[in-house]
Amino acid sequence: MDVKKEYETLVKYYESSGGNSRALISKDYASMVINGDKVLAKNSTEGIKIEATRIGEGVRATIRIKKGYRAKNPVHLCFGMLPREGRQVIQTEIIAEEESEVKFITHCIFPNAINVEHVMDAKLHIMRNARVEYEEVHFHGKSGGVKVLPKTFVDVDDGGEYNSSFIVKSGRAGYIDIEYEVHLAKNARSMLVSKIYGKGDDFIRANESIFLEGEHSSGVIKTRMALRDNARSEVIGKTVGIGSYSRGHVDCTEIIMDNAQALATPIVMAKNPRAKVTHEAAIGSVDKKQLITLLSRGLSEEEAIDVIVRGLLK
Amino acid sequence: MLILENLSVVREGREIIKNVNLTVKRREIHLILGVNGSGKTTLAQAIMGIYPCRGRIIFEGEDITSLPVHERARRGITLAFQEPARFEGLLVKDYLMLSAKEKDMKEVERVIKMVGLPRSILFQEIGENLSGGERKRVELASVLLMKPKLAILDEPDSGIDMLSFRLISEVIEKMKDMGTSVMLITHSEDMINIADRATILCSGKAIQTGTRDEIKALFKYSPCPLKR
Repeated sequence: MDVKKEYETLVKYYESSGGNSRALISKDYASMVINGDKVLAKNSTEGIKIEATRIGEGVRATIRIKKGYRAKNPVHLCFGMLPREGRQVIQTEIIAEEESEVKFITHCIFPNAINVEHVMDAKLHIMRNARVEYEEVHFHGKSGGVKVLPKTFVDVDDGGEYNSSFIVKSGRAGYIDIEYEVHLAKNARSMLVSKIYGKGDDFIRANESIFLEGEHSSGVIKTRMALRDNARSEVIGKTVGIGSYSRGHVDCTEIIMDNAQALATPIVMAKNPRAKVTHEAAIGSVDKKQLITLLSRGLSEEEAIDVIVRGLLK
Repeated sequence: MLILENLSVVREGREIIKNVNLTVKRREIHLILGVNGSGKTTLAQAIMGIYPCRGRIIFEGEDITSLPVHERARRGITLAFQEPARFEGLLVKDYLMLSAKEKDMKEVERVIKMVGLPRSILFQEIGENLSGGERKRVELASVLLMKPKLAILDEPDSGIDMLSFRLISEVIEKMKDMGTSVMLITHSEDMINIADRATILCSGKAIQTGTRDEIKALFKYSPCPLKR
């Protein structure tokens, strides 16, 4: 497949998965489109500079948001793997300079995956009073033949903010192993959200940590999962209160059906008597009261469960 | 419309409802009065199909005793819980649209106004952010939009202020005007004023059924006839 054809095919999938394809061709949007180990398109803007080079089996990219630049438009990133088999490694470094603000919308598209491995190695540095929102939405095929291995390390300086969400929007989750580590300085904030629906023999592991190092820093790890068939999950959410008056919370809710299995381990650790870290975790079948309420409105059991699960993962 | 014949419900080895015989007529507000623990909620949930029972439940001439909950709902029965469920990630408007007979947003807006809630609430989640009173009104709106033949309302008047009490009473009367029969579960005799008839439930037994005036007279001569 030539590059033009590859680009068009990927953009078609991008559009059908809810992506704004106009943003990929507009000069007003910083963007990058990658298929496998090829950068198919890339656009920097006045305040956002994107550099990318091909490496073995993937791409290394650096994205820098200039000091004080508040992006009106989100940065659109599209990481795709069109072939049925293969491995893709994406190494990214994102630097949000002081007082800057940006939102990333990342679509990871593996529509034909039978045996695909997507490795993501990201490092983010959010400088003083900068704010970054990173939304990662996955579109997988129906076979579950995809292995997603994202590893992210984030440093947030004084007054900075980093919020992320990881959502599998369509298809089978496959094998997902998320590693997240966030370090927060004074007055810094972070919220990590992951929402995944596991079916068949999917396996989902999420190991996320927030280190509340600075005074008055705060962080929340929120996990929502629904598992059915023989799907399994392991969720570890960890907050460590180090700075005075730091606040951390781990919140995990999982619905399991059929033969699915879920393991949730919230870890709360305080190294400062003035820090406060809390957690809540609930695993169980669909809430009976919610179910009966919807049944008494005339929904079938299957329809009612679908409404409840979709709400949880919204 | 609804006939209960020798209805009994056993839960955890204990008979909660004991041979109840009861009729709810078309377009009537029928109160089920009883103190806490008298079996009111169990009766309501048995009619909806949540608990299995002995005896027969006849609805519109059809024996529905063995039908599952959603089939009873599709025949026109619905139940509003005393403490309605909360749904993470589900907006009020989407929740209401699920039950609405006419999938029309304007109708949803009209009904939300009717239950005394602002339009803005439609875009809120049915989660912890809604107060208990707001959640109860959303539930009433959901029942109104479903346009059921029989609405079973389990203590819609509990835990609300006087203004809300008046409004909820008006909404129940409107339901009746729209052609819905209402079975109103309550432990408050104040609700008798909007009822056509009432049944007093005591330790799982229907001890007396009568018109509004007949039941009111009972309260006049006995400080607490519910405790007989």
